[in-house]
Amino acid sequence: MSFDVSVILGALPAILSGLQITLGIWLASTAMGAVLGFVVAALRHFGPQPLALALRLAVEVLRGTPFLVQIFLLYFGGPFIGLSLDPVPAGLLGLSLYAAAYFSEIVRAGFAAVPRGHVEAAQCVGLSQAQIVRRILVPEMTMLVLPQAVNMAVILLKETAVLSIIAVPEATATISAIGSQQYAFVEALFLLAVIYWGLVEACGRAGQALECRLSKFRFA
Amino acid sequence: MTLPSSAIAIRGLCKSYGKAEVLHDIDLEIARGATTCLIGPSGSGKSTLLRCIAFLEEATRGTILINGQPLGFEEQPDGKRVRVPAHQIRRVRSGIGMVFQQFNLWPHMTALGNVTEALVTVNGLSRAEAEARGMAQLRRVGLEARARHYPSELSGGQQQRVAIARALALEPKILLFDEPTASLDPELTGEVLNVMRDLGADGMTMVVVTHEIGFAATVGRRIVFLDHGRVLLNGTPGELFAAPRHPRLTQFLETYLDRGAAMLLKPA
Ligand SMILES: Nc1ncnc2c1ncn2[C@@H]1O[C@H](COP(=O)(O)OP(=O)(O)OP(=O)(O)O)[C@@H](O)[C@H]1O
Ligand SMILES: [Mg+2]
Repeated sequence: MSFDVSVILGALPAILSGLQITLGIWLASTAMGAVLGFVVAALRHFGPQPLALALRLAVEVLRGTPFLVQIFLLYFGGPFIGLSLDPVPAGLLGLSLYAAAYFSEIVRAGFAAVPRGHVEAAQCVGLSQAQIVRRILVPEMTMLVLPQAVNMAVILLKETAVLSIIAVPEATATISAIGSQQYAFVEALFLLAVIYWGLVEACGRAGQALECRLSKFRFA
Repeated sequence: MTLPSSAIAIRGLCKSYGKAEVLHDIDLEIARGATTCLIGPSGSGKSTLLRCIAFLEEATRGTILINGQPLGFEEQPDGKRVRVPAHQIRRVRSGIGMVFQQFNLWPHMTALGNVTEALVTVNGLSRAEAEARGMAQLRRVGLEARARHYPSELSGGQQQRVAIARALALEPKILLFDEPTASLDPELTGEVLNVMRDLGADGMTMVVVTHEIGFAATVGRRIVFLDHGRVLLNGTPGELFAAPRHPRLTQFLETYLDRGAAMLLKPA
């Protein structure tokens, strides 16, 4: 028995299709999670009390349980409440909700970290509450949470692998299946590790470059 | 309509945080076109009083008139205190500019962006017109050349001058300063105090909370000495600082010898 990754690479088209699905689900759920997380944070801050409480509970449940369990429940438990989803939509929905819970906390902390004086300065020159949110709070918050948001995106990328258990044909499912067929399971997992690490590294670099470009906006 | 003689008239102002009353029954007239300096020990309520005038805090009782117009609350003939409509609050407030100890510039906007923000967002000026006005204000504080810099690229003194330009952009009749030089290195306080001196010479009505006793004594037309949430003394620098001096003031000045108080205390 020898260690030979080329056995796996023979199935390149299948690998690329798996990668494509991984990337697609990752980017879509990160984007939806960020938008939804922002809405949740805003509703928890400005919305009516009962809604804020309900959202808080939802966020805490999503943050307090393993993603593996959540996705199992959504996929296999969903049909009991009339929610029968195919693997890919289920994965997309599950990961987006999971992401939203974490993003909402990041955004909430970001809003809280904007110095009170910056808001008071805006009040003093006559900006309305809505204008303050749009012109001051959102841009400053975005700047503040950028590092955590990139970090969260990296975590989500790795969580996409969990979707293999509900048969989403993403990279982990595809490549490990090829590995089993070719009797090269270790090689398959090795290749997977290299791919994920490469993506995480690229994501981190992109985040750093972005932070660097925005550094002149940093708090004085 | 003739303007009332005082730019700010404060009547029976009380302010409590929870059960603790920090301003007790303040009566104060702030003269138009002059610089009034608010001094007093730490915790005496200087910032709270200034923030009430800026309507960043709502007083618990009493009224404030800005050029004769009620700010926030109005006393009815029967003595009942009622809130004035929001649009009126905004209009009266727009005549007041505020400068903070921590500058509070918006970090994601350039110096010019900070100055023009309200002109565009609130007053609806075109960007070109707002920038022309903004540049004029930056010129006034000597920072035309720094217009395109972000706050993080400016020194503390420059940031505070931008903050002053920002407050001036809406052409307020009254400028409030809360310890504008307290978070600056000593060598940078001069440039900010000079800008304030110039504004005072131009006839701007200014209320300045400051620990710069030297500045207060030379630029302040009136000095208000606050102690334990009350106006203890109110007069010209000559009246307040010349002997015989109130013992509380002497005690206070002795802690500020390095801020220009030494020259006031030395025997003539
Ligand atoms: N938001 C607040 N909540 C509760 N108490 C407050 C608040 N702000 C101020 N105080 C209290 O009100 C009193 C007056 O505070 P203020 O900040 O006006 O004093 P100051 O004269 O400006 O002092 P300093 O020279 O230290 O700035 C203090 O006892 C302070 O603890
Ligand atoms: Mg203070």
